Amino acid sequence: MIVKPILNEALCNGCGLCVTVCQCGGMVIVGSIIKRVDVADCRYCAECELVCPTGAIQCPFEIVIEESIDITFEE
Amino acid sequence: MAVEIGLLKSIPYFLGLSTAELEAVKKHVFEQAAERNDMILMEGDPANAVYFVVSGAVKVFKTSVEGKEQILCILKAGESFNDVAIFDGGPNPASAIAMTPVVLYGINKTDMEAIIRSYPDLAANVIRILSKRVRHFVSLVEDLSFRHVTDRLAKLLLEYATDHGPIGGEAGGHPRLTQQEMAAMVGTAREVVGRSLKALEEEGAIRMDRHRIVIVNKKRLEEMSGVAAG
Repeated sequence: MIVKPILNEALCNGCGLCVTVCQCGGMVIVGSIIKRVDVADCRYCAECELVCPTGAIQCPFEIVIEESIDITFEE
Repeated sequence: MAVEIGLLKSIPYFLGLSTAELEAVKKHVFEQAAERNDMILMEGDPANAVYFVVSGAVKVFKTSVEGKEQILCILKAGESFNDVAIFDGGPNPASAIAMTPVVLYGINKTDMEAIIRSYPDLAANVIRILSKRVRHFVSLVEDLSFRHVTDRLAKLLLEYATDHGPIGGEAGGHPRLTQQEMAAMVGTAREVVGRSLKALEEEGAIRMDRHRIVIVNKKRLEEMSGVAAG
């Protein structure tokens, strides 16, 4: 499952800054409210969250430790 | 949902109390649910109750007059908040907001005072919990005063790294954090967190993998954050 930015339409003021910074064309304003379009291309760069003046977009990150892989070679 | 004895038992405040004592305490406990981003407490408001997180995650934070946020702690199941205001009689010292859907138990100020008088074991638990909190804040002051932003961020990533998935998944996980929240926790601006994450990635300590920050060199992060490498 592709994790997407979380949008809160109730907070959106329709300024369109997120559309301007989105590098994958993943955001669009419809009727003064933000709508996500092609989420498959979203790189989760979080730039939309950074520019949003009303906190309508959130990009939360999960923090994980890479699993170590034990590789043993047979002689 | 009714208040459950089993859940009360798992809250450190009530450790050591017998089932009969917990039944007596239960009469004073009320349940409260909140959705993600619901405000639970406002800084400066009169303090009415102490709260215990039953499920979900709660962010406790201060806001400056300019609107800058400093996160004091993120609380998970079993942890309490607003205890200081209940015991010192002052207003809520910080605001609290639900980071996820949460279920809380609460006890009103006057009821809590009566419970503590009735059960001295509980008073000992409260002392332990408040002492632990003082230790947490001493550590926060140390971090904000003496460590560079990237080093503070390294420490935060280590503290919030989980092998168990985020809250909402398996027990013991941490809530997912936005870069804005990381900034408010390490006392800097959101833009600085973005740059610091890039710096850590260039150094080979982490890898940004879409919605995941993957720690690939734990030892390096431990060195930066000043914690003894395990």
